[in-house]
Amino acid sequence: MYLGVDIGSSSSKAVLINRAGMVCGEGIVNIGTGSKGPQISVEQALRQAGIQRCDVRKCVVTGYGRLMYEGADRQITEISCHAKGVKFLWPTASTIIDIGGQDAKVIRVSINGIVENFVMNEKCAAGTGRFLEVMARVLDCRIEDLSGLAARGNPGVVISNTCTVFAESEVISQLAAGMSIEDVALGAHKSIAQRIAGLCNRIGIADAVVMTGGVALNHNVVTAIEKEIHHPIIRLEDPQAMGALGAAIFAREMEAGNS
Amino acid sequence: MEHQKTSKQLLGELLDKHYADALHAKAEGKPVAWSTSIAPQELLETMGIHAVYPENHAAAIGARKHAQEFINHSEGKGYSVDICSYARVNLAYMDIQQCEAANIPLPDLIFCCNNICNTVIKWYENIAKELNVPMILFDPPFNHEYEISDQNVKYIKAQILHAITRLEEITGQKFDYDRFREVMKISSETSRWWKKASLLACAKPSPLNGFELFNYMAIIVCMRGTKEGLELFKLWHDELQEKKEKGVGPWKDGEEKYRVMWDGIACWPYLGDTYKVLKKYGINMVTSTYPDSWYIVYDENDLDGMARAYSSNYVNRNLAFGTDNIIGIVKDFQLDGIIYHSNRSCKLMDFRQFEVQRKVEASTGVSSVIFDGDQTDPRAFSLAQFETRIQALVEMMEAKKRMGGAFYE
Ligand code: SF4
Repeated sequence: MYLGVDIGSSSSKAVLINRAGMVCGEGIVNIGTGSKGPQISVEQALRQAGIQRCDVRKCVVTGYGRLMYEGADRQITEISCHAKGVKFLWPTASTIIDIGGQDAKVIRVSINGIVENFVMNEKCAAGTGRFLEVMARVLDCRIEDLSGLAARGNPGVVISNTCTVFAESEVISQLAAGMSIEDVALGAHKSIAQRIAGLCNRIGIADAVVMTGGVALNHNVVTAIEKEIHHPIIRLEDPQAMGALGAAIFAREMEAGNS
Repeated sequence: MEHQKTSKQLLGELLDKHYADALHAKAEGKPVAWSTSIAPQELLETMGIHAVYPENHAAAIGARKHAQEFINHSEGKGYSVDICSYARVNLAYMDIQQCEAANIPLPDLIFCCNNICNTVIKWYENIAKELNVPMILFDPPFNHEYEISDQNVKYIKAQILHAITRLEEITGQKFDYDRFREVMKISSETSRWWKKASLLACAKPSPLNGFELFNYMAIIVCMRGTKEGLELFKLWHDELQEKKEKGVGPWKDGEEKYRVMWDGIACWPYLGDTYKVLKKYGINMVTSTYPDSWYIVYDENDLDGMARAYSSNYVNRNLAFGTDNIIGIVKDFQLDGIIYHSNRSCKLMDFRQFEVQRKVEASTGVSSVIFDGDQTDPRAFSLAQFETRIQALVEMMEAKKRMGGAFYE
């Protein structure tokens, strides 16, 4: 079996695949680098696959915490791993939008799977999962509920997308001005979508567009991005695991000697 | 027998001397000028006015990791965080006048040329006003057309002549045209050798570790019009030539696997860190936009040529020129990649970066990456983010090599 581990800033993911490329085990934990998260996610994946650590032939690690992780045969950036994972599941993908906990990136991949170019957000958390966490906190709801709230909102609330701290105080004043939580949630989603659309335009969008990362689970954000970029977005079943899946595929290629 | 100095030793000595001479001149009551980095220093050299270069000085403070205290000082005085960090460091230095790098004396004259950006105008005006010293401004217009127009040349030449008159008034001395001719000759010659030396990095492997450009640059800025400067670049050239002939690469302990260009200014506070990340992956930064920026060459006694040369630096040129320039570099240096420094300080350089990147990629197929940083403000850079981007660049370059490389070859 081949193990891919993706250690992000706020979650850890592990995927095990067999020689045929079938996913046999998966683990996702909502704590990231510097915690026990990576270890727990690997244990979950091993348990699900019903194997021991020593049965793993090769392991590749990726993500923000990759340089600190011991026990991998190789570390590869999340940019290449996301591209690898997505291309495996969706071979016609040309543009990948990945929104993780602390960064957002747009990757352009060629027909044969090569990363041609990518752009990432600048230092501010605007346009990332952290932005949504902050929004959920000021709206006093769970992050999973944001999508449902926004779905019931009316458009019109504008939230800044250049700075998360600005956005936070804007939300507070919008609420104080009597705007509904639903409308503000929708405004926050539009804000993130515009930010991502900016990254997409910088790099040039080509179909098929696929979205990965935890934020892709929020359907309302995905729809808001579709509206901004005027392209349909493919929703994967398991968007959070793409980096780990790509890493596992790299691990398998390593053994085949063609990475 | 005296042991011959290496260019590196000489570089250190010349820099020490550059700063010591300025302090000495000031102590003797001679005028000292503060000048922008690509200004017609020939006039000052001819008049025997010692010039120091705030951009260079701020970079030196940055490289010693002391920029933050100066930046805090300026921001405390009300200068915005959005202003170029060289300006923030220098405006604070004007008050503090004490730093870990070499100290510079306060100016008696401001010498400002806006061929690099418009920020310098207000920055230098502030100095002139606060210290109540005269300012000479050169205003080479931005070249919206591909070539430098004859009107622009005329306009800049008139400014040079006017500056000569002003210098005569300020110093009460006559301008010595014979000496001027000599300085013009040396300055062009130094520029030629600077470029000639840096072009040796076209060899594969490159005998030059491009981070050295960031060090040697200090002399092409500060001592371009001097014989010592000229000698330094000849010596540097010969050393590199010898390495090239022997097929020696950039490092003693490592092989040049990838050749990249660095677009923009260095991240001075993280010079060593950025260098180490590149070296770890076998990336040699073989060149940057610096070699061309100080290729200020014209014929002796040719004032039109001099005016044209001071308008020709690439940041003062239009998008098409900037793009062609980089495409040429990609080919000449057989690059595998380009690292674009999106520099929070330098709006002018960043302004067209994405478009240049797009065009260069479309034309050459070369891989590239943009990272966020700042030349001297240490807060605007993250080493982990930098490394991820560089590693991704390596993965892209590697994949492209397997597919047969970029298509310009
Ligand atoms: S770094 Fe940019 S903004 Fe600052 S002085 Fe230089 S050219 Fe001007």
